[in-house]
Amino acid sequence: MRLSHLQIILWVAAAAAAIAFAALRWSSATDGKAVAGPAFTPSFTLADSEGRVRTTAEFRGKFLLVFFGFTSCPDVCPTTLSEVAQIMDDLGSDAALVQPIFISIDPDRDRQLGLAEYTTAFHPSILGLAGSEADTRSAAASFKIFYGRETDSSAPDGYTMAHSPGLFLIDPNGEWLRQFGFGTPAAEILSDLQSRF
Amino acid sequence: MNHFLLAAALALTAPAAMACETVVVGDLTVENAWSKATIGAGRPGVFYVVITNTGSTDDALLGIASPVAGMPMLHETVIQDGVASMPHAMSIPVPAGQSVQLSPGGYHGMLMGLTTALKEGDSFPVTLSFEKAGEVTVNVEVLSLRAEGPDCADAGQ
Ligand SMILES: [Cu+2]
Repeated sequence: MRLSHLQIILWVAAAAAAIAFAALRWSSATDGKAVAGPAFTPSFTLADSEGRVRTTAEFRGKFLLVFFGFTSCPDVCPTTLSEVAQIMDDLGSDAALVQPIFISIDPDRDRQLGLAEYTTAFHPSILGLAGSEADTRSAAASFKIFYGRETDSSAPDGYTMAHSPGLFLIDPNGEWLRQFGFGTPAAEILSDLQSRF
Repeated sequence: MNHFLLAAALALTAPAAMACETVVVGDLTVENAWSKATIGAGRPGVFYVVITNTGSTDDALLGIASPVAGMPMLHETVIQDGVASMPHAMSIPVPAGQSVQLSPGGYHGMLMGLTTALKEGDSFPVTLSFEKAGEVTVNVEVLSLRAEGPDCADAGQ
């Protein structure tokens, strides 16, 4: 990765702003602990792989496990999606209570590469969403998470994405419950979910 | 040709054990070389391995090469202030007497420009270039997309 000084400054400024924006909730959320704080209701309005617009409202009544990522991400994203797949398998008949959602932060490229093909390779229950750039920004903002594009001349198409790698749990009323930090074992997430049914 | 012969020879052995083979070059032991199946060839693949330096001199992994990838690189997944990114790693230190892991969520080989989709059960060669030990080629086993690593009972981890 080669960044000019200006790019580095912009990057740091953007990151700092995002961190300041979410400081309280984030700092305690990243180490995987439940967060006590004012409830908030993340929302999205994003297209699925067939172009249908999907919104948070249609999933009321289910727990949502939401991950923001991109399909050209070979390390972090498959690790988390594999855990989600494992959790869905292990939930058995309770799987109907949980909707896992993959929100692309690289929507244009992911639509071209094939979104459903990617998510179903992990688990057929995972819903992949790739909306417009603006709608993706507002979805991320409503979850209070950060993502950004990084210039990388060696990467395919000359860029790669940086993003919050956590898994976000939303309750059946649409309210934020907690974040599972990257690398939280699937078994731990599973028992957290089961304790809520 | 060398790579092809190696691949052909190893393809005859039990596939499950392939990632558990150990290759020695100088003071370095290279083992548990594995990769994950890709969905098509349009997205990058990944390469993981464990390198142990049994000598008394520090070494470093400087780069990787493979016939399956037009642009293979070393990356490090870094999670800082809640944001994950994967900058290019100029070199990966392999200190004397220590083991370094290329594993999910940390250092990894990024296989960009795949010439073919990587399918579970396939294998392909990767040549590692070390600062002191020189080059060594290992055979990489492609595990499932959901794999967390090879199941090597007596792996040196
Ligand atoms: Cu990478």
